[in-house]
Amino acid sequence: MKPMLNFASPSNFLRLASWLVPVFAGLTAILFGIGLYLSFLAPADYQQGETVKIMYLHVPAAWLSMFIYAVMCSAALGTLVWRHPLADAAQKAAAPLGAGFTFICLATGSLWGKPMWGTWWVWDARLTSVLVLFLIYLGLVALWQAIEDPGRAARAAAVFTLVGAVNIPIIKFSVDWWNTLHQPASVFRLGGPAIAPSLLWPLIVMGLAFTFLFLTLHLMAIRNEIYRRRLRRLSILAAHAGDRDLSGAAMEPAR
Amino acid sequence: MSATQRGPSPLKALFAREWRIGRRVGGTGSMGVVFFLILVSIIPFAVGPDLVLLARIGPALLWIAALLATLLGLDRLFQGDDDDGSLDLLLMSETPLEAVVLVKCLVHWLLTGVPLVVATPVFSVMLGLEPQAIFGVTISLLAGTPALTLIGAIGAALTVGFGRGGLLLAILILPLCVPVLIFGVSAAQAASGGAVPFLTPFMILLALSLAALAAAPFAAALALRQARI
Repeated sequence: MKPMLNFASPSNFLRLASWLVPVFAGLTAILFGIGLYLSFLAPADYQQGETVKIMYLHVPAAWLSMFIYAVMCSAALGTLVWRHPLADAAQKAAAPLGAGFTFICLATGSLWGKPMWGTWWVWDARLTSVLVLFLIYLGLVALWQAIEDPGRAARAAAVFTLVGAVNIPIIKFSVDWWNTLHQPASVFRLGGPAIAPSLLWPLIVMGLAFTFLFLTLHLMAIRNEIYRRRLRRLSILAAHAGDRDLSGAAMEPAR
Repeated sequence: MSATQRGPSPLKALFAREWRIGRRVGGTGSMGVVFFLILVSIIPFAVGPDLVLLARIGPALLWIAALLATLLGLDRLFQGDDDDGSLDLLLMSETPLEAVVLVKCLVHWLLTGVPLVVATPVFSVMLGLEPQAIFGVTISLLAGTPALTLIGAIGAALTVGFGRGGLLLAILILPLCVPVLIFGVSAAQAASGGAVPFLTPFMILLALSLAALAAAPFAAALALRQARI
């Protein structure tokens, strides 16, 4: 607990981030280099041809769309239980990133769906539940923007994040039910019995690359949020001091 | 609650107060039904006066109309109390805030949900539904509207205190209402025949309402307390 709390101080975090961000950014670049190279070398699927390569963007984005929600939930607990400003910043920084990766997942899925299924969009169970997840992310972003006081916004967002976390499995279950009711046969299954190792390795590397990309962006966004809060506090102080000066100046001619 | 206290119990008093306010201010109940009627009567203008088509999509239309009509009054659930300061009194009182939220939801449901359920058979006839389908929609709305109110209360608690909370409330709450909508509509459609037995989606719908009853007051109370610190 102790070392974690040490990093939790915003200035310690800034020091940590100042060397973590370049390291993570470098790792992201290297992993993307390897991952993209492997993806291009990977054999084409015997049924899907070259379009299977969309998978190397689609699946990591889908994985991150859920991973980011888990990150937000732990940050939400940090906000509600320890009332830590860093947890607030981590929550706030994660929401737009989550929405972004979920959007990438939906968009690449749609691009993949066009050649494979013949339509841009199918009301398939998975697509639909990811769409609802995307809507929840958008709701969170809207909630962050609607509340001016950062502390209050963080607590409201934390409550909503946790409510969403309880609801997401229920939504997933009900969408599966709804889908089997409406569309008995699923159009598409991932690569038959098991995915071949030649396709799996690039996928793992790309998954790691995406995860490090998220971690880099998240750290940078948290850092920005800390700066934004400091700026806000400084401008409040400056306005306060300026106010006193102004009222002093206004007093002068009267004297 | 102290033994020396006289007069009605706080929750009864709160119920009576909410009931009076709810019936007086803006008449949420009657307004909800009128909104429901307008939604139901505007849909045939969009899809055409084909009674066969309307009967087929009728249960779904009624459910969507009920969902929107429930949302209508929800942003006022805590807003009025926040405006006149009584929310602070409720927060400071010895009565658990969760129970307060529950009573407020109960009144909201009695004034919004129940009138919708009562009006549903009439509006179903307008959409050309068969008697069995009418029964299905009505009973599924009776079972499902409490969940809509309770989930909506979380959104109302989150958006309390800022002026134009209505739109944000809808953005936050509608995705969470997806399961209720799915099982409500499938119960309503299963009642008039189909591959799925009526009881399966209906029991899940009841379970959703009960789960919302158990969890939503705590979440809404947490949100209300967090807004005040």
